[in-house]
Amino acid sequence: MQGHDTSAIRADGLVKRYPGDVTALDGLSFSVEAGTVFGLLGPNGAGKSTTVKVLTTLSRPDDGRAVVAGIDVLRDPERVRHVIGTVGQAIAVDPDASGRENLELAGRIHGLGGTALKQRVDELLAHFGLTEAADRMARTYSGGMRRKLDVATGLTHRPLILFLDEPTTGLDPEARGELWAEIGRLTREDGLTILLTTHYLDEADRLASRLAIVDRGRIVATGSPEELKAELRGDAIVVELADGSADNRAVDAIARVPGIGESLVDGRSLRARAERGAAAVPAVLSALEGAGIGVASVTVSRPSLDDVYLRHTGRAYRQTEESFA
Amino acid sequence: MTAIAQSLYMTQRHNRALMRQPWFVAITIVQPFVWLFLFSSLFQSVTEIPGFTSSPTYLDYLVPGVVVMTALFSSGWSGMGLLDDMERGIMDRFLVSPTHRSAIIAGRLAHEAVNLVIQATIIGGLAWIMGARFESGLAGYAVLVVGACLLSATFASISNALALTIRQRESVIGANQFLVLPLTFLSAAFMPLALVPEWIETIAHYNPVNWAVEAGREALLASPDWGFIGLRYAGLLVVAIVAAALATRAFRSYQRAA
Repeated sequence: MQGHDTSAIRADGLVKRYPGDVTALDGLSFSVEAGTVFGLLGPNGAGKSTTVKVLTTLSRPDDGRAVVAGIDVLRDPERVRHVIGTVGQAIAVDPDASGRENLELAGRIHGLGGTALKQRVDELLAHFGLTEAADRMARTYSGGMRRKLDVATGLTHRPLILFLDEPTTGLDPEARGELWAEIGRLTREDGLTILLTTHYLDEADRLASRLAIVDRGRIVATGSPEELKAELRGDAIVVELADGSADNRAVDAIARVPGIGESLVDGRSLRARAERGAAAVPAVLSALEGAGIGVASVTVSRPSLDDVYLRHTGRAYRQTEESFA
Repeated sequence: MTAIAQSLYMTQRHNRALMRQPWFVAITIVQPFVWLFLFSSLFQSVTEIPGFTSSPTYLDYLVPGVVVMTALFSSGWSGMGLLDDMERGIMDRFLVSPTHRSAIIAGRLAHEAVNLVIQATIIGGLAWIMGARFESGLAGYAVLVVGACLLSATFASISNALALTIRQRESVIGANQFLVLPLTFLSAAFMPLALVPEWIETIAHYNPVNWAVEAGREALLASPDWGFIGLRYAGLLVVAIVAAALATRAFRSYQRAA
């Protein structure tokens, strides 16, 4: 039926409500080209994980349609389960089994056995650098090793589509870097389609060839990271205010400055868009001074996904996590 | 076919995990000993009550009760393992793979059965050393253990169903506290029903725990009444199948909340 559709994943108007009038998905739609990394970007609670749960047959939507690898997720969940691999937020490793036993069980569930199973398990252990630790209980593994075993488990049956739900949360920078390299390799060499959810802007920027920004259960923008950034003409100006009580006074003050686009105060930061950032700074500073608002510092930068997010959701992306190299 | 194979992989996983917890193995071995010793001493004089004609000694009388009680005490906690898997994300990984829902439950029930057979073997051996004698020998004792396994499947299923629908440890703990001890005491596990108040006797009549105790005790006699045993075991089998089916269905509730 979907013979001409080349997309590996298609979500169509997904709606999911939870008891207590919580709408997790509010008509969410997007599609993912086969063999690419697609990023769902948004803060916690935006609906990213719910989307993954629906697409991986874990949860049924109240409305809408989803197709994964040409298979209707709602009508034929059993077939979908054969072709997908998942790596969730929690590291789903059995601590009371060895690394090898974890992988063997995953393989057996998918019908692997005998020498084929043994070969595949050895291959994965070697690939993820776990050969030496293979027969140790997983509870003795470091966080990074557990995550590697977790990713390997999701790959045991050579899935066509891999779902990665915030895979680098809680990893140290080194383990995060290794996982990033591995995700890139999987699409390049194995032709895997990957759906990645993340609330790290730089992770999405670096890994995904296409992105969708999720806000309150809907997709508010889609495109490649470059396209999304290019939509925002000009530069971003961030002014750190001397005190946090300026609020709308600061926005009003700079609204009259020529060349200034939308602006917003987030805590002590005043963020504004300007066609030529460096040229607009003196006028912005004098406008703030005229309104009696003290300034601590000012920076001008090329647009980042942060600004894309601000533009489409009207809220700044509060990145409270540590920044990484 | 795949569902059966998958159940075996799951059973193997649980058995292996249990064997790797030395403390748990130690408790499993010590517990039957404590019960056997404690109850046989505590209720020693029961045999002197007029009307106690069931067995020559209280120890002989007690063995089926302890086997059945052991089945209840272990299987009621089965849902805890499911909750661990849920918290670790292992459950979700199974559910998005071609794992049959029934295999996840069957694996836990089979694991409980293996566990119970080991414990029952220890109980039987200890009781024999303490002087208990089973007129029907090993075969009769095996029949007793089969009944206890059916009961264990029922309680493990209830425990798993609660874990899947309520998804809180308190639900499993609560079920153990509210079901296990009352149901054990509302049976002939420690006291012949001829010696208990009539209302207890009436309840015991409908209590699957009592079916397992009375049929198991009958199986230890020199010439058991197989009709008596068969009827009760058929009842236990039906209850176990219904409970296991409910536990498998409970995955729907878990997924609705997902």
